Amino acid sequence: MSQNFRLDNIGMVDRNKKISFTFNGKKYFGYEGDTIASALIANGVHLVGRSFKYHRPRGFFGVGVDEPYAILQLERNNERDPNIRATEQEIFEGLEVKSVNCWPSVNFDIGAINNFLKIFFPAGFYYKTFMWPPSFWYKIYEPFIRMAAGFGEASIKHDKERYEHKYEYCDLLITGSGPSGLASAYAAAKNGARVILAEDKPRYGGSLLTSDVNIGNQTGVEWSEKIITELKSMSNVIVKNRSQVFGYYDHNMLVMSERIGDHLPKTQKYLPKQRLWYIRAKEVLISSGSIERPLVFGNNDTPGVMLSSAAKEYMKVYGVLVGKKPLIFTNNDSGYETAIEFKKNGVNPLILDTRKEPSSDIINEAKNLGIETKFSYVVVAAKGYKKVKSADIAKISENKKDLSNIENIECDCICVSGFWTPSIHLASQSGNKSEFNEKIDAFIPKKSKQRENTIGSANGKFTLEETINEAFDKGYEVSNKITENNNKVSIPTVVEKKSTEHDKFWCVPLPKGKSYKRFLDFQNDVAVTDIELALREGFRSIEHVKRYTTLGMATDQGKTSNLNGLQLVSDIENKVVPQVGHTTFRPPYTPVSIGAIVGREVGKHSKPTRKSPMHEWHEKNNAVFVDAGVWLRPRYYKQENETLFEASKREAKNVRKNVGVCDVTTLGKIDVKGPDAAEFLNRVYTNAWLKLPVGKARYGVMLREDGIVMDDGTTTRISENHYHMTTTTAQAANVLSHLEYYLQLVWPELNVNVVSTTEQWAGAAIAGPNSRALLMKLFPNTDVSNEALPFMGYKEADLFGIPAKIYRISFSGELAYEVNVESDYGNFMWEKIIEVGKEFQIQPYGTEALSTLRIEMGHVAGSELDGRTIPHDASLEGLVSKKKDFIGKRSLSRSAFTKPDREKIVGVVPLDKTTSIPEGSYIVKDPKAKLPNPKLGHVSASCWSVEYDNPFSLAIIKDGKNMIGQKLFAMSPLKNKTIPVEIVSSHYVDPEGKRVRA
Amino acid sequence: MLYIFCPHCGSRSQNEFAYGGDATVKRPELNKEISDQEWDNFVYLRKSPRGKHLELWHHISGCRQWIKVERDTSTHEIFKTYKADELTE
Ligand SMILES: [Zn+2]
Repeated sequence: MSQNFRLDNIGMVDRNKKISFTFNGKKYFGYEGDTIASALIANGVHLVGRSFKYHRPRGFFGVGVDEPYAILQLERNNERDPNIRATEQEIFEGLEVKSVNCWPSVNFDIGAINNFLKIFFPAGFYYKTFMWPPSFWYKIYEPFIRMAAGFGEASIKHDKERYEHKYEYCDLLITGSGPSGLASAYAAAKNGARVILAEDKPRYGGSLLTSDVNIGNQTGVEWSEKIITELKSMSNVIVKNRSQVFGYYDHNMLVMSERIGDHLPKTQKYLPKQRLWYIRAKEVLISSGSIERPLVFGNNDTPGVMLSSAAKEYMKVYGVLVGKKPLIFTNNDSGYETAIEFKKNGVNPLILDTRKEPSSDIINEAKNLGIETKFSYVVVAAKGYKKVKSADIAKISENKKDLSNIENIECDCICVSGFWTPSIHLASQSGNKSEFNEKIDAFIPKKSKQRENTIGSANGKFTLEETINEAFDKGYEVSNKITENNNKVSIPTVVEKKSTEHDKFWCVPLPKGKSYKRFLDFQNDVAVTDIELALREGFRSIEHVKRYTTLGMATDQGKTSNLNGLQLVSDIENKVVPQVGHTTFRPPYTPVSIGAIVGREVGKHSKPTRKSPMHEWHEKNNAVFVDAGVWLRPRYYKQENETLFEASKREAKNVRKNVGVCDVTTLGKIDVKGPDAAEFLNRVYTNAWLKLPVGKARYGVMLREDGIVMDDGTTTRISENHYHMTTTTAQAANVLSHLEYYLQLVWPELNVNVVSTTEQWAGAAIAGPNSRALLMKLFPNTDVSNEALPFMGYKEADLFGIPAKIYRISFSGELAYEVNVESDYGNFMWEKIIEVGKEFQIQPYGTEALSTLRIEMGHVAGSELDGRTIPHDASLEGLVSKKKDFIGKRSLSRSAFTKPDREKIVGVVPLDKTTSIPEGSYIVKDPKAKLPNPKLGHVSASCWSVEYDNPFSLAIIKDGKNMIGQKLFAMSPLKNKTIPVEIVSSHYVDPEGKRVRA
Repeated sequence: MLYIFCPHCGSRSQNEFAYGGDATVKRPELNKEISDQEWDNFVYLRKSPRGKHLELWHHISGCRQWIKVERDTSTHEIFKTYKADELTE
């Protein structure tokens, strides 16, 4: 199969490696090194999509990241990838791509009717049309917009590819490997700086790959190859291709996405598909080059109209002709380079130059080569629907207002050059306020905001000599600042053709009686008339014009459209561009895949998983786990076909009847040490701590300064100046930060140290009437009688040769102990407890039974201490000292917290004793009251009371103390339930607390 | 992402730190009688200046020390960092 538009003797693709791929189901071939764009153009394919709004045919406009049209959807290795730029994506064997935004096909697109209705699609169309009636929004407008909008479909499958994040530090990050990037990298690396050089394309060299220049007696290509080879061999240099630095963040942190596997049929083993680099650079040199500006004329979006630099790159890099009858339309010398390249490859171009009498080396060269050139000429309109077939051209008057001698000439492509726009995006992202440069009609970076400099054409330097000199100097200068070395390399001499000034002309007037669409933003279909309309309707700020018309808001971020849009606004407003100003550039410079942003933090890896030392035992014994923060805790231990409800009931019952054991390793543990530890605790907790004797534990509540309960737990005095504090699992980290805050900042005079010991201790709660008997067998050498180890007592003991700590504390309301051993002995302890406990009918219990036990006892936990309750609300006011001051005390006397009908915790029992009350239900007086039904409070926790064998809930309700005995209703609109209930004491079981002291 | 100089550890990325708010707030002394207004000011009211701001950061994934950072809230420029007990200028 021959490729009609492939040139034989030019280009950098590998002719020995043929690659086949499909586009819209049809098979094509290209060569290794081709992009989808170059391979399709080689096959004569120019129609690749439909435009966003009018569904006009779309071809190729550029050759890289600036491409506004050729956005395709890719299928690779059974994965779907939307928003692929055909000009960037390299082809590989078996690649499948298709057009987006057209239905049923790119050749016959029903949406193209929008094109004929375009008068109805002006700026702000969506804002104006889809407004009323509101009921139309969901049913008609939204589905319509959804079908019409978007660039492809995202995959709904789990992405199996691997993405990585990498953190890197360097002296100097250089973004772009064109002449300025290479020269500065070389100068800095030779001076000892640690350099990262990032190139977004597969090939290094930037404009040197396509320009006819000479550096140090070598061609641009040879010189760049030599430099890059040397850089790669240096240990202080990292060189990366297919890597786009897309974001410049605070404190010189830049983010780069490296496409490692995108150009291969399959990601290589042990490599990620993409890698996101977080680079903290001491200095940054922005060498991102410039993008050619379009010229605006009628139907300038027709496939076959493209940037002249792109046409040249297709020839020189890919050996591909974008047309065989090219028309070059230019306002500067760049168009001539493209024309000459066409001529050298046997194709006769026609140049239309808007300038009257320009003269330069390159214009003379074109003349000598016999290239036909018309001066003071413009393209009025492109003709042809799916591909350029001809063009109406005309002579333009000196004031650039009037057209004459309009004629139609045949051509198959129109290569436009409206001069160059520096890519200042990264500099702008860094905070650098740009300034308008009259000479080049574009913005360039101003004073550095962070540690960044912009060099080369990104800085508006459009001659190679200036660029090379500036880059070598800057590379040396910044490296010298960092390394203090003085190793200066010599700057090579540069030979290039002198060029002349560009013409400050960018938009061709409409001939009389014609209303051609002249597009500014090619991706979002924003035409000259849209901007005019927006201004007529009163939009003035460029930021408003942008949002109203969507100019520059597409995925290409207006790389080719911004400046022409600004020109138009300033022309209409009779202002100069700097007065209009430009919109803000924000990261990312190019689209970044969600996969790369997420990296490996997916699913299970999105957070760490913490397991207790007894985890394996739980697994082996059919534990069903639940996430408790980042911990995995057994929820229940399943026996045969038990449900959660059955198993937790069995486990809880066994605690009440015999004895149970629960893994409480996850509780936060903090060592509090120092001579002022007692005083510190006295300030942290609401109750008194100064008189707690050694060997005793105490339950404490701590508040935030605003009076809200922060956490609760027991703290034990291990020795004179050593306390062992426990916190809830969820609050462990916050409590430690809280304590450190007060010790380091508020009361630095207190001699106290705190440290987390959560991971140092494994804990087992042994609860139930048989627990003491079990303890006597576990610790035969220790007196664990009620007298020797009373409620809230503490003892150190020997557990079969292992040092253990016994705390007599209870969360279940039963006689209970908590045994701690060093983590490594956790499993040993657990197995011993199970083994010895057999004769006492021990069973392990999980968090579900644990909840049941604490709820029916009326012990508060996270669902009551929910960041809204003060001690009173949770019936903890008895623990609030009236005598001493503590954190948050002053807040408790605020009026809202002392209201007589303040919320308080109560118990709730359904009247029918069978219907469970959903957690979160409202408690109301009258279920039929007018909505919104005034609610008294909410149900915070529900369980099936194993003591009474009926449902029981805790609720926090207004004036709770005086509600006991009342018959009210629990309503759950979510579950559509209304349950008649009776309010009872929150201490449903053993209200006197006899069992824990038994 | 900010690059914060911890006086105990050196320069570290922001994701090792937790923000702690205005560092100039002084907690009223314990056992001191103060008005509701004064207490509310301490608990709830914070200035939100544009420009220089002395603020607390907690090096939670590092040395676990609270430090004071003088930062420009609009540019993120960090002028100086101090240990908790160091006098600020
Ligand atoms: Zn630190």
